[in-house]
Amino acid sequence: MSFFKKLKDKFTGNSENEEVSDKYKEGLSKTRNSFSSKINDLVARYRKVDEDFFEDLEEILISADVGVSTVMDLIDELKMEVKRQNIKDSAKVKEVISEKLVEIYYGEEDDQVEELNIKDNELSVMLFVGVNGVGKTTTIGKVAHKLKQEGKNVVLAAGDTFRAGAIDQLQVWGDRVGVEVIKHNEGSDPAAVIYDGVQAAKSRNADVLLCDTAGRLQNKVNLMNELSKVKRVIEREIPGAPHEVLLVLDATTGQNAMSQAKTFSESTDVSGIVLTKLDGTAKGGIVLAIRNELQIPVKLVGLGEKVTDLQTFDANAFVYGLFADMLEEQE
Amino acid sequence: MAFEGLADRLQHTIQKIKGKGKVTEQDVKEMTREVRLALLEADVNFKVVKDFIKRVKERAVDQEVMESLTPGQQVIKVVKEELTDLMGGDQSKIAVADRPPTVIMMVGLQGAGKTTTTGKLANLLRKKYNKQPMLVAADVYRPAAINQLETLGKQLDMPVFSLGTEANPVDIANQAIEQAKNEHHDYVIIDTAGRLHVDSDLMDELQQIKSNVTPDEIFLVVDAMTGQDAVNVADSFNEQLDLTGVVLTKLDGDTRGGAALSIKAVTDKPIKFAGMGEKLDELEAFHPERMASRILGMGDVLSLIEKAQDNVDEKRAKELEEKMRSASFTFDDFLEQMDQVKSMGPLEDLIGMIPGANKMKGLKNVQFDDKQLSHVEAIIQSMTKAERQDPSIMNASRKKRIAQGAGRSVSEVNRLLKQFNEMKKMMKQMSGMQKGKKGKKGKGFNFPFM
Repeated sequence: MSFFKKLKDKFTGNSENEEVSDKYKEGLSKTRNSFSSKINDLVARYRKVDEDFFEDLEEILISADVGVSTVMDLIDELKMEVKRQNIKDSAKVKEVISEKLVEIYYGEEDDQVEELNIKDNELSVMLFVGVNGVGKTTTIGKVAHKLKQEGKNVVLAAGDTFRAGAIDQLQVWGDRVGVEVIKHNEGSDPAAVIYDGVQAAKSRNADVLLCDTAGRLQNKVNLMNELSKVKRVIEREIPGAPHEVLLVLDATTGQNAMSQAKTFSESTDVSGIVLTKLDGTAKGGIVLAIRNELQIPVKLVGLGEKVTDLQTFDANAFVYGLFADMLEEQE
Repeated sequence: MAFEGLADRLQHTIQKIKGKGKVTEQDVKEMTREVRLALLEADVNFKVVKDFIKRVKERAVDQEVMESLTPGQQVIKVVKEELTDLMGGDQSKIAVADRPPTVIMMVGLQGAGKTTTTGKLANLLRKKYNKQPMLVAADVYRPAAINQLETLGKQLDMPVFSLGTEANPVDIANQAIEQAKNEHHDYVIIDTAGRLHVDSDLMDELQQIKSNVTPDEIFLVVDAMTGQDAVNVADSFNEQLDLTGVVLTKLDGDTRGGAALSIKAVTDKPIKFAGMGEKLDELEAFHPERMASRILGMGDVLSLIEKAQDNVDEKRAKELEEKMRSASFTFDDFLEQMDQVKSMGPLEDLIGMIPGANKMKGLKNVQFDDKQLSHVEAIIQSMTKAERQDPSIMNASRKKRIAQGAGRSVSEVNRLLKQFNEMKKMMKQMSGMQKGKKGKKGKGFNFPFM
């Protein structure tokens, strides 16, 4: 079975999957238009698969922020594959390209959807970390909504005591979604807020505690230490917690995202990535390299401003979204 | 880090090419390849990189560069010039309206740092220019965005105009201007909501605000960590709003900030300020030169390039070399060469720059005495034109006159003359050696001032 066929079967087979892929198609429509139309242009322009073809492909991938070294590796592999399978027709390369992209993401492992780690019948704690302006607070609002819809009892902890208006912002989300927000005053110790959050979540028998933190650039050592401390407080209060440390990444970010993933992992042992703002024209291609190099999976993607636009990440669906135009053309 | 490796490789390539007396197209290719990778790793848009590399290549394989005396240095100079050229000059001025208030509009994607920058800019205007700005909270969409600006206003003790979240941003802007006029504020900074450049409804809103309040400045606020998409964002905002400048935020991070180069290239609008920290006084004027080095990841490489750049007038140097070869080298030439040498800094470092001298073994690790150099200079300056052109006319009375004029002894004059003659002889041998003839090994080549 061809790769595209498999994908299509997977996402047209049952209604739930279809819904997911529709979201991706919708959210990624701008991304997809530019990305896949470029691949299509490329394929249309070249009858033959030659050096020029690969050079243009390299540019398309670099423009998706995949990163130079990953692209170089990918191109090398593609060249090998093309040779091996003796592909002369550039249209066929399309398939190999997407296959390889998914492969970069999953590596040797099975391609599976990595869900959020939420325990049944006990409190699960999620810590949200990231640089300034990536959308941590908004993501927490969306996650809270999602969990509330699933019938979970959710508590939020306003750990961003630094940025002006951050606590208010989380409170607005709390009111919208209808969940409690544990907060202190601006400028207070974030670890203390989180401690109170844990206690409150325990005493209210909450299912999930979502902890907001202030945005910080990863090269600020003091601030990163502060974050480690916040995590230690959670660890101390609840064995096995935090159950998720989610690094929120802005899809428009370039190669610095790798540095963010590395440094935040060092201080807080990041368990997953939330890729936000994917509804613009940015591609967020760097997540491929991050997963490949640091084995940190993307767990959620922000595909729009609406509260329901936060989706579980599925690399196949992601690629499907990118290539949907091409798939439809093939019919 | 990946880019540290790149910077090393780039340095290595530059070092290699720097000393070359002959640069092949292959050398240029190799170096531009490394520059290309460095730029791409730094998030400079690939199209911008492509154009850049093309220009560098064209100039680098140019006749003049290739046939210059120091082609390696010339090629590096080309890279640096093109890069600085692309970044533009310092332009951190802010417009002043003929009739106050001067209106500044802040626009950009979500999370770029508009609100924080609005506060910082107001602070800068007051501190540096002694202005009385008013802030306008026109972001009615993001929860608590108005609170954020109001909090900043409180911290700065500056008025913030807001009509709550129910009002229309266009109305907010209009009314704010009226109030600013009444209250005699000289600057109004409008903080707009973050939006995607492809969101036509919200982009329309910005255009409406623009046509209503006719801002004197429209600043695009861009996250310095932005990747390849920076060109799309900047281009789109510029096309729809005709920006007047750019503010780069979060530059205190460890990003290389290639977005700066991309934005400058596609919009040709100046990057005016850079956010360098979380505090309200951490907004600085943007320095294109520094940014150029940062993007290439080679602060010290650039200073190295600067040093390597020819202080030597290429054409004169070539003439001099010709003269040395033909042994028609005179005291005038000698004096001129000494002047050039002196203007370049520590002598030991610069031996390599004296044409031909870097090929002489004996010149390595030589210690120079700057004082002696000035003595030599004085002696030569005391000579007549004829004596400088043709030292063979020198007799006892001439030597005595020169010694008196220079305030040195006759024996020193004699020593200089002797050394000068030896030098000329050596030059003859040297040019012979360079032509491949097996010259007699001299007893060592001494400059008269050593």
